[in-house]
Amino acid sequence: MYRSHVLVCGGTGCTSSGSQQIMEALKAEIAKAGLEEEVSVVQTGCHGLCALGPIMIVYPDASFYSMVKVEDIPEIVSEHLLKGRVVTRLLYQETVTQAGVKALVDTDFYKKQHRVALRNCGVINPEVIEEYIGTGGYAALGKVLTEMTPDDVIQCLMDSGLRGRGGGGFPTGLKWKLAKQNDADQKYVCCNADEGDPGAFMDRSVLEGDPHAVLEAMAIAGYAIGANQGYIYVRAEYPIAVDRLKIAINQAREMELLGKDIFGTGFDFDIDLRLGAGAFVCGEETALMHSIEGNRGEPKPRPPFPAQKGLFGKPTILNNVETYANIPQIILNGPEWFASMGTEKSKGTKVFALGGKIHNTGLVEIPMGTTLREVIEEIGGGIPNGKKFKAAQTGGPSGGCIPYEHFDIPIDYDNLISIGSMMGSGGLIVMDEDDCMVDIAKFFLDFTVEESCGKCTPCRVGTKRLLEMLTKITKGQATMEDLDKLEELCYYIKENSACALGQTAPNPVLSTLRYFRSEYEAHVRDKKCPAGVCKALLSYHIDADKCRGCTLCARNCPNNAINGTVRNPHIIDQEKCIKCGACMEKCKFGAIYKQ
Amino acid sequence: MACKKEGVPFGGTPEQEAALKKVIAELKDTKGALMPIMQQAQEIYGYLPIEVQTMISDETGIPLEKIYGIATFYAQFALQPKGKYQISVCLGTACYVKGSAAIFSKLEELLGITNGQCTPDGKFSLDSCRCVGACGLAPVMMINDEVYGRLVPDDIPGILAKYQ
Repeated sequence: MYRSHVLVCGGTGCTSSGSQQIMEALKAEIAKAGLEEEVSVVQTGCHGLCALGPIMIVYPDASFYSMVKVEDIPEIVSEHLLKGRVVTRLLYQETVTQAGVKALVDTDFYKKQHRVALRNCGVINPEVIEEYIGTGGYAALGKVLTEMTPDDVIQCLMDSGLRGRGGGGFPTGLKWKLAKQNDADQKYVCCNADEGDPGAFMDRSVLEGDPHAVLEAMAIAGYAIGANQGYIYVRAEYPIAVDRLKIAINQAREMELLGKDIFGTGFDFDIDLRLGAGAFVCGEETALMHSIEGNRGEPKPRPPFPAQKGLFGKPTILNNVETYANIPQIILNGPEWFASMGTEKSKGTKVFALGGKIHNTGLVEIPMGTTLREVIEEIGGGIPNGKKFKAAQTGGPSGGCIPYEHFDIPIDYDNLISIGSMMGSGGLIVMDEDDCMVDIAKFFLDFTVEESCGKCTPCRVGTKRLLEMLTKITKGQATMEDLDKLEELCYYIKENSACALGQTAPNPVLSTLRYFRSEYEAHVRDKKCPAGVCKALLSYHIDADKCRGCTLCARNCPNNAINGTVRNPHIIDQEKCIKCGACMEKCKFGAIYKQ
Repeated sequence: MACKKEGVPFGGTPEQEAALKKVIAELKDTKGALMPIMQQAQEIYGYLPIEVQTMISDETGIPLEKIYGIATFYAQFALQPKGKYQISVCLGTACYVKGSAAIFSKLEELLGITNGQCTPDGKFSLDSCRCVGACGLAPVMMINDEVYGRLVPDDIPGILAKYQ
C-alpha cells in the first residue's frame, strides 16, 4: 500500500512537452528522499488539459500541478511528498482560491464535462490490465457472454440511442443488427482508429489512455454479430497509441480475455492490428477495408454495404474508437442510463478536441446538447489576447464554420447539419478576427485535393478547380461571376462524387460563403483581405508620426526594402517588399501597420 | 515529387535483404500482408526504391505494378531517401490557425528546399504533415522523433543549429 499516488500524464500532448523527463526526475527524487515504499508514480493517459502540459496530480488530495518543469521536482518532492505541504505556487492557478485549493472537478474546465468515453483516461495506467479490471473493466464482456443473447445486446444498444461517433451518426445498434442478420461462415469486427481529421485527437487519447475499453467492446460486438476476428486500423502517426494497443492485446490474450473459449463460454475472439499509411480517404469504411486487405485505399460504391459484403467479402461492422469506448458502460449501466443524457435524437456525450484560438486547448467530453457558448467561453476559457470570436470549425475537411449567430445552438448531430456543418469526429477549432475565412476554405480544399484518391472525376478534378478558384480570390484576381461559379461547382461536386470525402469536400466553402459572404466580396470587389491574411492583398506601411528612426526594421528586412536614415521616419519600398511581416514584429513603437 | 537527392544509387546491403526476406517469410500467409510487409521494408531500408519493390514482388509473387500502385498511393511510403534529420511541420487545422505556415516558410528559406525535398548534403528533408495530435502545443514540428511546440519563426535558426 502506498500513502500517495502521483499521476503523470503520458499522452501525446504531455509527452511532447516533456512528461517522460518529469517521470524520471520524479522517480529519482523520490528514491533520494527514501519514499519509494510510500509514494507510487503512475503514468496515465490524457487528462484533457493539453495546453497546461506536462500535467501531474498528487493523490489523495488531488493537487493539480500544471506546466511542471524538471527543476520543480525537488521542491515538490521535499515539500509536498515529504512534508505534506502543497506547493501552491506551482498548482494550476484555477484551483487555487482564497478559501484553499479547489478540486479539479470544480474548475471551469471540468465542471460541465461528463466523462463516459474518457472516464479512465488520466485515471488508470493504460499499460496495466489489472487497473482496467479494477475499475469494472471486462465486467461488461462477462455479463454479455453469460447473461445476454446476441439479440439482447443489440436491443440494448438500440434502446440506448448510441450513434456512430466517427461523424456519420448512424445508429450503432442498427448497424450491428444488419450484420447479424446476414449468415456467413466468417464475419469481421473492425475498429476505425484512422483519425485523419487534422486537429482531432480524441480517438488517439482513448487508445492511449484506455485501450482495453476498445478491445472489450470489440469482443462484445463479435459476440453480438457472430464474428470471431477483429481488426483495429490505426494511424501509424500515433506511435504511443500503437504501442499501448499492442501491450493491451497481449495482456488480454494472457488473461484469456481474448482468444479461445473466453470466460469458459465457448466464445472465441481475437484482434489484430493494422497500421495505416497516411491516407485520409482510409477513414471511409470501404476504403479502410480495402487497405486492410492490402490494396490501395479506394472506396467502392455501396450497396453492397459492409454489413452484407465487407472485409474479404464477408459481413463486417466498422465502428469508431469513441463509439466502442461507450459500449461497455452502456452494457453495465443499462440503456436508460445512457439515453438519459443528451438531446432527443442524440444521446450520451461527445468528446471534442478543442484547438486553435482558445485558452484551454485540449480534450473535453460534454453531454450532447451543451451549447457552443458553454464549450468555448466556460470550458475553453474564451479567446486569448482579448480578440473577438469569429467562427468555430467542426467536422474537419468535411464540416463547416459556425459563426457567432449560432453561438447558443445546442450541439448535436442534427443541429450541426442544419447550420451547414457536421459533428465529424469531434475536432473543434476556434478562429478569431485574425483568421481569413476565404483562406481557411482554401486551406481545407488544399487538404482535400491532396487526399482525394482520384478514382472519381467530380472529386479529383472538381476539388482541384475549387482550389484554383479560391486561390484566384485570395490573390484578388476573381470577379463576382466567379463567386457564383464557385457555388455552382460546390453543389455539382456534392451531388456527383462517389464517396463521402468528395460529397462533403465543398462544405468548408459553402459554409463560409453562407456566413461570411461579405468577406469573399471584399476580396473580389475591393481587393482587400479584411483579416489581413492574404498576402497578395496586403501592403505594409510605416506611420511617420510613430516612427523614431531606430533602423531596427531596416536591419531586419530580408529584402532591403526599407529605406531611411537614423532618427528620421523610414519608408517601405512597395516594389521590393515581400510582405513577410518581419518589420512589424520587430518594431518596438507599433509604427508599422498593414492594410 | 522532385527531390534533390534523386538518382542516388541503390545501396542495399545483404543484411538488409536477409532481414526483408525474413519479414516476408513470416507474413506471407497472413491475410492482407502486403501493407505490413511494405511498412517493414521501409523500416529496414528507410525508403522503398524500385529495387526493394522488385524484391517484394519476387518473393511474394504479387505483381510489381500492384506494389508500385500502393507505394505511390499512401503518403507514408517514400520512393526517394529522406534526410538524416527528417523535419515535418504540422499543417493541420489547429497548427495552421496558430501560424504554422510561417514556420514552414522559415524552414524553406533557411534550408533552401521545399516540401518533399532533401538538402543536397542529405542532412535535412522537409515535409508537411497533417496533425501529430499535439494540438495543445500548436504550432508544432517534429525533427525525427523530437517534438517542438509553441513555435515562432525566430525559434527555427536555433533549433536547426542543434543539428548542424
